[in-house]
Amino acid sequence: MTLPVQLLWLIPALPLLVAGIGALTRHRGVALAAIFAMAGSFALSCLALAGALQDPSVHATYNFAWFDLGHGALRLGFLLDPLTALMTTMVTFVGTLIFIFSLGYMKEDKNFSRFFCFLSLFAAAMLGLLVANSLLLLFVCWELVGLASYLLIGFWFHKPSAAAAAKKAFITTRIGDLGFLLGLLWLADSTGSLLFYDGGQGVLEATALASLSGQTLACGLALSTAIGLLIFCGAVGKSGQFPLHVWLPDAMEGPTPVSALIHAATMVAAGVFLVARVYPLMSADALLAAVPVHALTVVAFIGAITALMGALIACAQNDIKRILAFSTVSQLGYMMLALGVGSSTAAIFHLLTHAFFKALLFLGAGSVIHAAHHEQDIRQLGGLRTKMKVTFATFAIGMMALSGVPFLFSGFWSKEAILHAAHEWDVSHLPLYAGLCAVVLTAFYMTRLVAETFFGKPRSHGAEHAHENSAVMTAPLVILAVCAVLLGFLGTPYWPWLQKTLDPHYEATHGGLGLMLLSIGLVGAGLGLGWALYGRKLRTTAAARDPLDTAAPAVMAVLADRLGFDELYAATVGRLNSATAAFADFLDRYVIGGLVTFLAQLGIFSGGVNRQVDEANLNGGFDAVSESVRGSGLFYSRKQTGETHGYLRVVAVAFVLLALVLALGGVR
Amino acid sequence: MTPLHLCLLISTALFCIGLFGALARSNTILVLLGIELMLNAANINFIAFWRYGPSHGAANGMIFVLFSIAVAAAEAAVGLALIIAVYRHQKNIRLQEATVLKG
Amino acid sequence: MKCLLSTLILTPWVGTLLLALTPRLSPKVSRSVALLFSLSTLGFAALAWSGFDPAAPGYQFVEQHAWIKLLNVSYHLGLDGMSLALVALTGLIAPTALLASWKLERDPRLFNLLFLFLQGAALGVFLALNFFPWFICWELSLVPAFFLIKLWGGPGASRAAYQFVVYTIGGSAFMLLAFAALFAATGTFDFVELAALARDGGLASAIPAPALGAIFLGVLLGLAVKVPLFPFHTWLPSAYSEAPTGASMFLTGIMSKMGVYGFLRILWPLFPAQLHAAAPVLLALALAGVVLGAFAAMAQTDLKRMVAYSSINHVSYCLLALFAVAGASSLNADASTAALSGALLQMFNHGLSASALFFCVGILENRSGGKRGLLDFGGVRTAAPVFAGFCGVALFSSLGLPGLNGFVGEFLVFRGVFGLAPWTAAIGCLGLFATAFFLLTFWQRVFHGPQSPAVAAGFRDLSTQEIVTLVPTVTLMFVLGVYPQLLVSLFNPLVTAWAVHLP
Repeated sequence: MTLPVQLLWLIPALPLLVAGIGALTRHRGVALAAIFAMAGSFALSCLALAGALQDPSVHATYNFAWFDLGHGALRLGFLLDPLTALMTTMVTFVGTLIFIFSLGYMKEDKNFSRFFCFLSLFAAAMLGLLVANSLLLLFVCWELVGLASYLLIGFWFHKPSAAAAAKKAFITTRIGDLGFLLGLLWLADSTGSLLFYDGGQGVLEATALASLSGQTLACGLALSTAIGLLIFCGAVGKSGQFPLHVWLPDAMEGPTPVSALIHAATMVAAGVFLVARVYPLMSADALLAAVPVHALTVVAFIGAITALMGALIACAQNDIKRILAFSTVSQLGYMMLALGVGSSTAAIFHLLTHAFFKALLFLGAGSVIHAAHHEQDIRQLGGLRTKMKVTFATFAIGMMALSGVPFLFSGFWSKEAILHAAHEWDVSHLPLYAGLCAVVLTAFYMTRLVAETFFGKPRSHGAEHAHENSAVMTAPLVILAVCAVLLGFLGTPYWPWLQKTLDPHYEATHGGLGLMLLSIGLVGAGLGLGWALYGRKLRTTAAARDPLDTAAPAVMAVLADRLGFDELYAATVGRLNSATAAFADFLDRYVIGGLVTFLAQLGIFSGGVNRQVDEANLNGGFDAVSESVRGSGLFYSRKQTGETHGYLRVVAVAFVLLALVLALGGVR
Repeated sequence: MTPLHLCLLISTALFCIGLFGALARSNTILVLLGIELMLNAANINFIAFWRYGPSHGAANGMIFVLFSIAVAAAEAAVGLALIIAVYRHQKNIRLQEATVLKG
Repeated sequence: MKCLLSTLILTPWVGTLLLALTPRLSPKVSRSVALLFSLSTLGFAALAWSGFDPAAPGYQFVEQHAWIKLLNVSYHLGLDGMSLALVALTGLIAPTALLASWKLERDPRLFNLLFLFLQGAALGVFLALNFFPWFICWELSLVPAFFLIKLWGGPGASRAAYQFVVYTIGGSAFMLLAFAALFAATGTFDFVELAALARDGGLASAIPAPALGAIFLGVLLGLAVKVPLFPFHTWLPSAYSEAPTGASMFLTGIMSKMGVYGFLRILWPLFPAQLHAAAPVLLALALAGVVLGAFAAMAQTDLKRMVAYSSINHVSYCLLALFAVAGASSLNADASTAALSGALLQMFNHGLSASALFFCVGILENRSGGKRGLLDFGGVRTAAPVFAGFCGVALFSSLGLPGLNGFVGEFLVFRGVFGLAPWTAAIGCLGLFATAFFLLTFWQRVFHGPQSPAVAAGFRDLSTQEIVTLVPTVTLMFVLGVYPQLLVSLFNPLVTAWAVHLP
């Protein structure tokens, strides 16, 4: 039985339904509904995977009109291929486990049901992102996972630090998203479509790609390079790549299951998925020789810088979740590196293994934090090895997978695949060297983390009284630990099943044994160094100085300060932002507002002048005339005494005068 | 002295008596009487000029007088009514005191 | 159905008359009567919608009667997809705004009376096809708006009301002059006839080009002040922020649309060549509105002013789209269609989200005894979770979050503008960024963090009546975000035709 692509929408729809219900009710049953919905989605994903594996080279699509636009319509669609199916299976599986873990972790929170509502919203958006066959639908879901991330980082919103971290995450990723949006607009404008695969008309199909890579811009870049790099901006923001990585460590303000699901296993990997999804577009310029830069070269270098930088900073952090967060940044850098050097299969392989072991590590950290009464500072912890046996065992497996301990653990195989691909890359070997340095550092900081947290003596009240959590929290750890071991065997060089599924043209390359031995040696060096510094002489008090801090205080201070990126951004972007705002306000209030006021004052002034002229000159003349009329009226009215005799006398005198005039004048 | 002169002298005397009456009396009725006298002086003139004038075939002098008498009668009626109204208002009919309508 | 449009316009005015003639009506009855008359628009709009054929060209439900023979003025009403969408919006926002003013203490009868008067005038503007009745309604709408702001507004209301009215009338005066000149040359006031003249070159041959340019500027000025187009917007923040909640909702939801409607219905069809020539400048002004409006909002500490500035930013998107289309040097039908659809959607969507936001700010102001500073609040979400939920939806709708209505319009505007003027779209993205920034600042400061004294003193959550007020708009935000076809189907044929040749 398989899931036809027409029904693929069911996978995101199940969690979405629960999210909708959860928005309307605060009943605790929402949690169970969410878990069942995720489990249902997992089952559906397995069916979809079974279908996709039947012929891995087929991109099954189902496109539909969203709304009318002009003579046609804006179309969206769903896509089912091995990449989608593997990703949905991973997300739903890890998601289900983390949901179950959250049952225990969030048990006492008074917004318990709201938490599961948001988690379900996240899951729905994430799954929608994975099944999208349209860059627009992908962008929609992309923003929605950003929203869910925002809501969940700020879940304990009464803490100002959590609220600020949520906002920082949203704004920072949005900067990248604007690039993504522009790339999307450009793509839509130059191809007229946003569907990935559309029977030859899609943007990832030969016709469109040929036209995109055939056009050259004024700056010399191929059109496809420019669009690809803009879309990559979105991935940089979402996947915490340099230089937009600053939000990811702060995002650890959210509840730990959120960190595990969103900021380790799934959402942050969405950037990697995005680049893998539009890989044909990103690599369309690969054969062009005359361009200044290829899109994938930029991706490789950004990934390499991020991998090295994240690992460096992780060495100097003391918060258990922040160490893991910078480790995530570093590992995402690895994935980008792999994409950049041309091996999308290695990137996805590492994405999948990383999702399991990093979710495991975060849940392990959550288990520790829960048990130790929300103590997150590794200097305050210690001695949990005996108190929390299951957590310790599973955490150790996760740590070894992340460090790349050879042969047994999945991280080793996926990391090898990446390093191998970087070695094969003929543009530059710098990313390879960065990756190799990061191997040592990863093993080192993970050893430090485990030694400080689980060995030695408890150094705080919380650690003193810690005890193992209930089965609802440990069972997911065990399952994830098993996966963190087994998953690696899907992609070994001896049986590259995963690579062949993702890329039917994949050919296993042999050789590179020397590189493998080198990296095993580096892992050993990192582990040994870590144990030498932190394991042999265990920390006794929380206040004791870190051995590295004693050795190189200046370097450690800079690293602990995360290389000063936050301060740099506050001083540049932040200040520019406020300055622009102040300028806009000033412009409005004083320049334009002033001009309007000036015009108004001008109007009032001319009115005043007009009034003066009127009162002084014009009115005076009229007043004099009317005054004289009034005066003569008064004079005559005084003559009208009302005495009839007076009148008669006047009449008589007038009569006599008339008679005299007639008589003497002799008027004929 | 022709009869016409005589008539004119009589009417002049009558007019002067009437004028004097109208100007000198303060009793409104007497003023009215004076005015009547002046009117009648004019009537005598009409008759006299008609009788001794060039064309006494037509009766126009007489018709003027008849009109004049009729108008005088109407005038006397209105005048008396006004006098009564004034009397009702100020309990006398002294002309000097009826000055309410002055400007 | 024969005089549906007249009925549509006159019913609110009948309500005005009824309230005017019954001075002793109890506040409760007067509110109900007003609401009923206000709702009538929605009913008639639904009736018109059911009888409306989007595919048919030209105007529908036309009513035309000779009015003043001497001036060749006719009473000419008609409806197309754009007007229908706006009439429906009026039918939705006006009752909502009345409901939002339900608790008004001071002389509710007079308030409702003026409000209905305003509603009828706005409808007249959306439906009239002759300059004469159109201009009457255009100016009549100022009278009630002035009194609504002045009598029920905040402390600076008098000044704001004067500024609003004088500024708007100042603009309208130029428009009146321009139309008088146009009438002198052509002998008609009818928009349809004038547009036909403009299309076949009759206008250009009747009036010399410089004079036509001056007429164009006059009309432009009148409309630009109303929208408002940067830099004619300085009346807006004070008017919107001093007005009472209900009036703010109507001003931003409907009256700012009157200007945009005028641009699409009058300026563009009548003066296509002039608009094309002026488009680069106008595009820059609209872009300034988008970017500076958003950044100015960021600098505000008064919540109402902040939302008012966000209005400038959002309305400027519509104009950005129109100017990009009008100024396009080559035909790009896809992009033009997208831009115009986006502009029309954005008009509707901004009406929904901005009026909901003003309502929410009004609630904050009301509950805290007149406070509306950004820093006066904090932790409202713990005190009033339901209110926070509704306000959050409105904020994110305004921010253009996909899944809510704002996104579709903004996406289409950007899709179109990018195809016609790519750099404008790229710079316009800064506006999107700044909008997200200040709306999230709003959300974080007001709803998150510890409770401020004003909130801790007892901040009630929404009452049932307030929920009823918000539910229709918020529901529509979701519906239009997921299924924009509902609205797009109304005007898609219209826009498709516009994109190729002028309306």
